Amino acid sequence: MLAYIIRRCLYAVPVLIGVNIITFMLFFVVNTPDDMARMHLGTKHVTDESVTNWKSEKGYDKPLLFNAEQGGWKMLTDTIFFQKSLRLFIFDFGQSDSGRDISLAIAVPVFVVGMALNITLSLFLVFFRSTWLDPMGVMLCVMLMSISSLFYIIGGQYLISKFLHLTPVSGFGSGWDSFRFLILPVVVSIVGGVGSGTRWYRTLFLEEISRDYVRTAKAKGLSELRVLFGHVLKNALIPILTGAVVIIPLLFMGSLITESFFGIPGLGSYTIDAIQAQDFAIVRAMVFLGAVLYIIGLMLTDISYTMADPRVRLS
Amino acid sequence: MTPVILWTDALLFLLLFGLGFMIAMVRRREHLCAPWRRVFRRKLGLFSFLILMAYVVVGVLDSFHFQPEGSGQIISVLDVVSGRLDQKMEKTYSAPLATHLLSRELVEDENGKMQRVYPPLEYEHLLGTDKIGQDVLYKTLKSIRTGLLIGTLTTLIMLPLAILLGLMAGYFRGWVDDVIQYLYTTLSSIPGVLLIAAAILTLQVMISNHPHWYETDVERADLRLLALCCILGLTSWTGLCRLIRAETLKLRELGYVQAAQVFGVPHLTIISRHILPNLMHLVLISIALDFSALVLAEAVLSYVGVGVDPSMHSWGNMINSARLELAREPVVWWSLTAAFSFMFVLVLAANLFADAVRDGFDPKGQSL
Repeated sequence: MLAYIIRRCLYAVPVLIGVNIITFMLFFVVNTPDDMARMHLGTKHVTDESVTNWKSEKGYDKPLLFNAEQGGWKMLTDTIFFQKSLRLFIFDFGQSDSGRDISLAIAVPVFVVGMALNITLSLFLVFFRSTWLDPMGVMLCVMLMSISSLFYIIGGQYLISKFLHLTPVSGFGSGWDSFRFLILPVVVSIVGGVGSGTRWYRTLFLEEISRDYVRTAKAKGLSELRVLFGHVLKNALIPILTGAVVIIPLLFMGSLITESFFGIPGLGSYTIDAIQAQDFAIVRAMVFLGAVLYIIGLMLTDISYTMADPRVRLS
Repeated sequence: MTPVILWTDALLFLLLFGLGFMIAMVRRREHLCAPWRRVFRRKLGLFSFLILMAYVVVGVLDSFHFQPEGSGQIISVLDVVSGRLDQKMEKTYSAPLATHLLSRELVEDENGKMQRVYPPLEYEHLLGTDKIGQDVLYKTLKSIRTGLLIGTLTTLIMLPLAILLGLMAGYFRGWVDDVIQYLYTTLSSIPGVLLIAAAILTLQVMISNHPHWYETDVERADLRLLALCCILGLTSWTGLCRLIRAETLKLRELGYVQAAQVFGVPHLTIISRHILPNLMHLVLISIALDFSALVLAEAVLSYVGVGVDPSMHSWGNMINSARLELAREPVVWWSLTAAFSFMFVLVLAANLFADAVRDGFDPKGQSL
């Protein structure tokens, strides 16, 4: 197990180097630091001097890959690629990091409660699979997933906060007080994902239910509920876990929008602010951090496979 | 009157031409017709197809651009067909089908006294007007082209990449497979919205630093739309590529492919004749599914500020500029409602059509 985890960590290194090279290309090769400086300083009355000042202030005044003026190792280390891109590996995100913590206050409840709700609803649909409830439910799911996520947020804010005055519109508190700020964004995110989630789990369960062991279980005289919860749910865990990983990066993206709409100070709203202010340093750091989170998620999934299915051996 | 062909117009016409060619090809072959017949035999499939076609007609009409004599403005056939709705401006908000403006104004009556009255509107507006008095129906209709283009052009860019790389990885295996797998793991490990945001930010700098690439604002907005499609295409090929690779790995072990290899048929012929046709159902289904996801993504990206150009008509921009209007008193709901419902109908139709296509092409469902 330990050997496997170490191997996966080693495998993550080339991927992260790749991510690093992509961001380096995007931010420094396509547009040179000169272009960025001109963009930030505006188009009028920009002297060469102010561009140079901006660059040295931000640390962009070095050569991209190879510094011929320095000697020894410094030829490679005193460059933008080393200073700005490789430093990300030791989680040194540079001067723009204003020290906001990663807020998982939305992502985690949405993930856990949402998955439980989706699985329950899809099991319900599968239980009533040959009645009119199933096609109606599927149709409802398709309609729910055709609605823009922005609609859920704007509609939820209007209906619950402004019209019914049940929760505050936006903001954040500390400790238990934060609960009343968090409940609406969490509910909105769960409702937004329920359509596609339920439909996806329904197909998984329907596939599982046509297997031979289900027929055997039914022939033994087990009740439909027993088969559904005892056999089908357990055996569908592997595809459910695989699907969960696919959701993790989406979760990150989803809470980006939700956090910024509800004014919750987390990583998401921080990133959106950076994008809107065109702060390249933060966006670059976030791209890297997001990739790291995704790879950790992938690793956790593989480990959870072994717990869900004794047949899976990590080798 | 001089016709103007924007980059995206040209690509859209190319796409339509290719589609026509494909339809002609399919119609000549019975075995290719059969699944499509199954798709259209279902009521839901036919109905959603008709709705999609209605959107496509509006979008295509909006893609014939021209510059009228003696005016610097570029307009499209849609503007003319809709009765120049773009010129029917009011002063500010008015509710759908209203006869008067939403807010009062000081007006001098015949006795010379100043009075606060609701001024009457100059034109009729089916869906009301927005803050600067533009017709909301016109804005939503113009947004259709943007939504369709993002949904289709992105697929056009994504497909060749996904199919080529997926086929190569699955068919040749070995180091080719390793390299391609490494490529898509790296790309897909970056959260999509961040990669898109980063790429758009850099392209924005590039476009604003090269003013000679475009002559008018319309052309600049068009260039940015094209850039957005390219970036979305470059970031979204990984999913389909993975699917195609897995399917190719399965197909290349089948008897008829092995037989062809033994007979010494060249690789290119095996791939194009024996493997590619058996992958087409995967491609079709993912086109239909991606389309709806892309239309929805456009709105989110425009909200974040990395979507289409702010001067361009799109549902994302409409929602973004109208999202504070619900806080007004009296509530201005029509802009948001119009944008959300036009988007909902398009995405719902695309989703239902995708379902119908999947059912029609699914070999397991053929007995039904």
